[in-house]
Amino acid sequence: MTQAEALQEYLLRLADSDMILGQRLCELCGKAPALEEELALMNVALDLVGQARNWYEYAAELIDDGGDADKLAFRRDAHNYRNLLLTEQPNEDYAVTMGRQFFFDAWHYLTLNSLVDSSNERVAGIAAKALKEATYHLRRSSEWIKRLGDGTEESHRRMQDAVDILWRFTGELITPNDTDHIMAEAGIGPEPDQLASNWREMVNEVLTQATLTPGADDAWMYMGGKHGEHTEHLGFILAEMQFLQRAYPDATTW
Amino acid sequence: MPQPGNPDSRSAVDILIASDRVPANARPDLLTEDDIWALLEEVKDPEVPAVSVVELGIVRAVRWDGKELSIDVTPTYSGCPATELIEELIIEAMRAAGFRAPNINQVLTPAWTTDWITAEGKEKLRAFGIAPPEGSSSKLSLLGEPDIIACPHCGSTDTEQVSEFGSTACKALYRCTECLEPFDYFKCI
Repeated sequence: MTQAEALQEYLLRLADSDMILGQRLCELCGKAPALEEELALMNVALDLVGQARNWYEYAAELIDDGGDADKLAFRRDAHNYRNLLLTEQPNEDYAVTMGRQFFFDAWHYLTLNSLVDSSNERVAGIAAKALKEATYHLRRSSEWIKRLGDGTEESHRRMQDAVDILWRFTGELITPNDTDHIMAEAGIGPEPDQLASNWREMVNEVLTQATLTPGADDAWMYMGGKHGEHTEHLGFILAEMQFLQRAYPDATTW
Repeated sequence: MPQPGNPDSRSAVDILIASDRVPANARPDLLTEDDIWALLEEVKDPEVPAVSVVELGIVRAVRWDGKELSIDVTPTYSGCPATELIEELIIEAMRAAGFRAPNINQVLTPAWTTDWITAEGKEKLRAFGIAPPEGSSSKLSLLGEPDIIACPHCGSTDTEQVSEFGSTACKALYRCTECLEPFDYFKCI
């Protein structure tokens, strides 16, 4: 894989992860547990979709096949999506929704924090903007983990269940593939070992405060998202998300 | 100051602001970059109409060489849905001033910060019922204690956060425990 190819892969991973998690959160529009929570979830989703657009626009320029951000988001099939598997997991109960958010936010914050110093100026610029938003996301989701984990007997049980259900998708966040190595060597992406140890440290600290037990470090992990092997959920997300663009390609007025 | 009844003393900018149509005598070639900044002061944020896009720090640069006009704008948040509307409003205002094809460039770097909201803009936010951002964005720590936010209605500092996110991406929800009024806080980023 050339560096140019790796950069496209990496940009799509960032964009697709933002996009799919944003879409997942939007499913809660109109049915979140409380008004304030709904506002917060939709704000987070909006930030993520906005960030996805910035990454897609850059990716589309590099791919340079006449496509644009919309085409990347709405005209690719599941096997071409590079989002982390964690982001496509269903909302389930609120413990799972916030658990997924926290594991993602910790990765997202640390990744962006490193990308701010990227040797690629465009990447650094988009990351600097996104980092401010991701900081708010992380602060909020980590507070929720502590409240639910260290809350009532039931909230603790549900939050621990959520950690156990989601843990199998967290290995992918911090296990590098070729793309990660090439990005790190080029000074574009984060150092994989550093990212992994920072993520573990952050997650352990919050889970400990929340009186929750993390999964085992050597637990078996699902890791197909970075190369397009997804869980069954992604197809359903795309079916709903892409319907309009597929049914009325290039329509300019809905 | 323009003198009513004495049109000669009115500047080009005053005439343009007073009109919502393209004046037949629009002469953009006579306008300076300062005049264009003054025109932009009239473009309000669609979500917070109390403040202009200049006061919010969204307009980063204006370049006018007598032939081409280009304006740099930066979004407040990556996903702010008002970004495109703001760009359209700016284009509309410039067309009304006689500029045929103003260029709007979206710039992401350096990223927008609430530090760029002018002192006047912050005062207008407060008068509008939105508590302006407190402190400097550079001092924000990830898990730090939030600053004390004064109620924009009664001025009390006995306030509490209801939610970190409010009706738009740029605001948080607060409640005053003194006058019991809820209010928006413009988050410091």
